[in-house]
Amino acid sequence: MSSIVTRVRKKQISELMATDKRMDGRELTDYREMKIEQGLIERAEGSARIVLGKTEIVVGVKIEMGEPFPDTPNDGVLTVNAELTPMASPKFEAGPPDEKSIELARIVDRGIRESKAIDTAKLVIEPGKKVFVVFVDIYVLNHGGNLIDAAAFAAVSA
Amino acid sequence: MNDKPEKLIDKKGLRLDGRKADELRPIKLEVGIIPNADGSAYVEHGKNKILAAVYGPREVHPKHLALQDRAVLKCRYHMAPFSVQERKSPAPSRREVELSKVIRESLEPAIFMEYYPRTMIDVFVEVLQADGGTRCASITAAALALADSGIPMKDIVVACAAGKVDDTVVLDLMDAEDKLGAADVPVALMPNQNAVTLLQMDGILTQEEFEKAVNMALEGCRQIYSMQKEALKKKYVNISEEIKEEAEE
Repeated sequence: MSSIVTRVRKKQISELMATDKRMDGRELTDYREMKIEQGLIERAEGSARIVLGKTEIVVGVKIEMGEPFPDTPNDGVLTVNAELTPMASPKFEAGPPDEKSIELARIVDRGIRESKAIDTAKLVIEPGKKVFVVFVDIYVLNHGGNLIDAAAFAAVSA
Repeated sequence: MNDKPEKLIDKKGLRLDGRKADELRPIKLEVGIIPNADGSAYVEHGKNKILAAVYGPREVHPKHLALQDRAVLKCRYHMAPFSVQERKSPAPSRREVELSKVIRESLEPAIFMEYYPRTMIDVFVEVLQADGGTRCASITAAALALADSGIPMKDIVVACAAGKVDDTVVLDLMDAEDKLGAADVPVALMPNQNAVTLLQMDGILTQEEFEKAVNMALEGCRQIYSMQKEALKKKYVNISEEIKEEAEE
């Protein structure tokens, strides 16, 4: 997201930085206002909507039955998918997930996996044959920056 | 899901969710909710939850689609994987491609396309939760988003379905009625032009039943149309109240 920053604005930003302030009045370590709402999609097993400043993301979790991966017969399957919907920004286009959305999905995926937020061993119904498959679908509805944090928060609360 | 209830309409003539035959589901309409878009709308129609956003008129992409004397309208209807009972693959299905086309064709007659030659108007519809009648709710949402974007239009398109459940003609079918019912007739209307821009039917209806269904759907459209107007006004009422509050502070 490169854009042309005018000299006046550049000067304003750096002057504010010197006083530990930012353009919208925040301190250097302040988050924008964050709102999380859970359970808005009744059809999904879990869902959450996050509004972080102007960023808005909806995450839905669906759980289905399926086969485990052959190399991890004693673990359930966690699939994270992210979509930067074309309505979220004039720069996003419709079509199969591009590198940006795949990066977002994979980062959130690793975050959930490595933090052991989900105990995949508990998703097993019959080792090697039947497990629960957890689909986490991340839908970016409006792009206002910091998608990774916002998506991770929403995914975990969903 | 597979066990069919014996009756979709009980002895008192009430439906599975307690509605009368000619009653709409609860509807909530809101505009201007996606800050990045030029126009946007959110529709809750029963359990349907649908977002629509408009970008444009903007540069045509890909360029060869541009028309010299008018704008190009592009629609994308898409369902989120978590919007239905069984997770749907996020790749566009044949159904979604068809609905995109149908929605585009029902909106196009209302827009003054000749005002914006060599440009493109993008309409994106995301179904967050589906509960029967998504094409109609999507058209209602998309038309509201277009109105919110300020693109000049002859009229606001509004859509509503009617159909046949058991042996009764009913308004605004929900998911169970759509799947188990006998027929479905979605209708889109430009209320002030009194022109129908979409009319489909699947299932079997007699000529009388068909006429009754269409008239019922048109009546439903008119009811939703007044809600659309309210939703558009409400955005500006809210803005003027905010300004007042700021002035008082």
